[in-house]
Amino acid sequence: MHIRLKRLLAYALVAGSIFSLSAAPAAAEQKTSFKVVWSIYAGWMPWGYLVDHGIMKKWADKYGIEVEVTQLNDYVESINQYAAGKFDGAAMASMDALTIPAAGGVDTTVLVMGDYSNGNDGIVLKKGKTVADMKGQKVNLVEFSVSHYLLARALESAGLTEKDITTVNTSENDAVAAFTGSDSIQNVVSWNPMLSDIKKTPGATPVFDSSKIPGEIMDVMTVNTETLKDNPALGKALVGAWYEMLALMNSGTPEAAKAIESMASASGTDLAGFKAQLATTYMFNTPAEAVQFTTAPALSKTMDLVRTFSFDHRLLGEGAKSKDAVGIAFPDGTVLGDPNNVKLRFDASFTKMAADGKL
Amino acid sequence: MRRIINVKPDPRSLALLGLAPFVGLLGLYVASSAVRLAANPGDKLLPPLSAMASTLSRLALEADARTGQMVFWADTAASLQRLGLAIAASVIIAITVGTILGLVPWAKALGNPLIAAISLIPPLALLPILFIVFGLDELSKVVLIAIGVAPFMIRDLALRIEQMPYELLIKAQTMGASTWQIIVRIVLPQMLPRVIDALRFSIGPAWLFLIAAEAIAATNGLGYRIFLVRRYLAMDVILPYVVWITLLAFAMDFALRLLSARLFPWARISTS
Repeated sequence: MHIRLKRLLAYALVAGSIFSLSAAPAAAEQKTSFKVVWSIYAGWMPWGYLVDHGIMKKWADKYGIEVEVTQLNDYVESINQYAAGKFDGAAMASMDALTIPAAGGVDTTVLVMGDYSNGNDGIVLKKGKTVADMKGQKVNLVEFSVSHYLLARALESAGLTEKDITTVNTSENDAVAAFTGSDSIQNVVSWNPMLSDIKKTPGATPVFDSSKIPGEIMDVMTVNTETLKDNPALGKALVGAWYEMLALMNSGTPEAAKAIESMASASGTDLAGFKAQLATTYMFNTPAEAVQFTTAPALSKTMDLVRTFSFDHRLLGEGAKSKDAVGIAFPDGTVLGDPNNVKLRFDASFTKMAADGKL
Repeated sequence: MRRIINVKPDPRSLALLGLAPFVGLLGLYVASSAVRLAANPGDKLLPPLSAMASTLSRLALEADARTGQMVFWADTAASLQRLGLAIAASVIIAITVGTILGLVPWAKALGNPLIAAISLIPPLALLPILFIVFGLDELSKVVLIAIGVAPFMIRDLALRIEQMPYELLIKAQTMGASTWQIIVRIVLPQMLPRVIDALRFSIGPAWLFLIAAEAIAATNGLGYRIFLVRRYLAMDVILPYVVWITLLAFAMDFALRLLSARLFPWARISTS
C-alpha cells in the first residue's frame, strides 16, 4: 500500500511539473506575434481606436509582426496579467509600473510616454474647504493607487502626514455612489470619469488635484524589456501607430472629430465629458515633446518622490530594504537606486526615431 | 465480488489516503513555483513557501509601524467580529421568523412567497443600495452577510417545522398546551439542532459575503487585506490568508458540530 501510494505521489508530481511548465512566464525570444493590453482611461482611448481602424495593423505589417491589442475592464487585473507574463506590454501609470511589474522582478521598459494627469486625479471634500480640513477625518480612496500618492502629496503641501487622517480603502465606483448619494463619506480621492461625478455633488469642494503636481502622475505604455530587446520591431510598430493616431486626433479634420467622438462613446461618456477629461490630461501630442519630457532631469526627481512613497508603503516588496532596492534607469544612462537590479527603464530611443521621421 | 465498489482501502492507510491529495497539491504548487522562480527570481504570482513564511511572521508577530497593531491578528479579530455579529443576528431572525412561518398558517400564507423571493436575490447586486442606506461602516457589512444567509436559514427552519409529525402538536394541545408552550417545549428543542445544521451550511456563504463586503470599503479585515495587496500581486500575503480563512471556517464547522452534539444529544439518536 505504501509503495503504491508513493508511486501515486510520484506520478502526481511528474504530472504537476508538466502542468506547471505551461504556467511559466513568457520567455523572451525572437517572435512575430505579440500581445498588449490596455484599459479604459481618457489618455489611453487612442489605443482602442488605432486597433479598430487598422492603424495598428498597418504598422505591424510594416515590420512583419502581428500585434494583438486587448482591452481589459479591470485595470489592476490587466497589470497583474502583464506582470505574470501573459502579455508583452500593458498601459499603466508610471507608479504602478514601478510597484507591480518592476517590484515583482519583471524588467519593464516605458516605451510610450503617453500623458500626465493634469487635473484628472483629485481630492473632493463635502464639508471642508481646504486640504488641512481633512485632519482627523476619514478619507475614502483606493489605497496604494495613484490616488494614494496624490493624497500623500496633498497632505505634505498642507504640512500634514498620513498619520493625521484615516484612509479607508474603497473601490472607486462605490465611492461615487456613497459620496453623491449619502453622507456616509465626507472626503474622497478619485480620478476621472468618477471624479467629474463627485465634483457635481452640491456643496462639494475640490481642494487638490494633479494639476498642482504636474508631470508626476504619468500614464505610459510599457513593454517587457527582454522582449523589446529581442524584438525592436514591436517597439517601432507600437510607437509608430501611436503617433500616427495622435497626429490624426490633432489634425483638426473631420476624421479627427469622428475619432474623438468614437473614443468618447467607447469610454462610456458623451463628447463633452470626454473632452473635459482630455482637457485635464496633458497629452504628449508629438514624439518630440515626449522625448523632451522623458529626457528632462525633472523625471528623475519625480521618480524619486514616487519610489519614496512606494517604499514607505511597502510597495517595493517584502525583500526591499530601502527605496534603492529597485533600480530605475533613465534615457541618459543614469540610474536611480540599485544599478545591479534595474527593473524599470525609461526609453526615449523609439520615440526619438519617430521624432526624426525614421520609423 | 471483485468490483471497484467493493474494493475497500486498508483501514490503516485511510488517513494517508485522505492526506494524499493535499500533499499532491502542495507538490504541484512547489513545482510550479520553482519553474516560475527559475525564470524570474522576483516572481510574485507563485512565491516560495519560505517567502510566505517570512511575510506571515512579519504580519503576525511584528507591530505595524503606522497603526501599532499586529496586522494579521487585527484583521482576524475585525473579520470574526463582523462574522459573529452577522451570524448571531441571522440565527435570532431565523428562529423567530422561521418558527412563526412554520407554525402559523396565516403567517405562512403571507410570508412564504416573500422569503422565497428574497432568498433568491443575489445580495451582492444590491451592494450600492446597502451602502447608501447603511453607510460604508460596519453596519452595511453585517447586514450584507445577514441578508445573504438568513433567508436560507428561515426557509430551512420553516420547512423542518412543517415536516414535524402533526400528531405531536395535536397531543400537546389535548393536554392543554398553549401556543407558547408548544413553541418552547416541543418545537424549539426539536428545531435547535436543525438550526445549527443550517448554520453549518451557511458558514461558506457567510465568509463569501464577508470578504466581498470588506473588499469594497474597509480599514481592516481579512478580505480587506487580500484585496488591498492584490493591487501589487502580493501572493505571499494572499495565499497564507486564504489558508487561514479555510482553517477558521473549518474550525467553526467543527465547533458547531461539537456544540450540537453536546447541547442536543437527543437529536443524534434518531439520525444515527
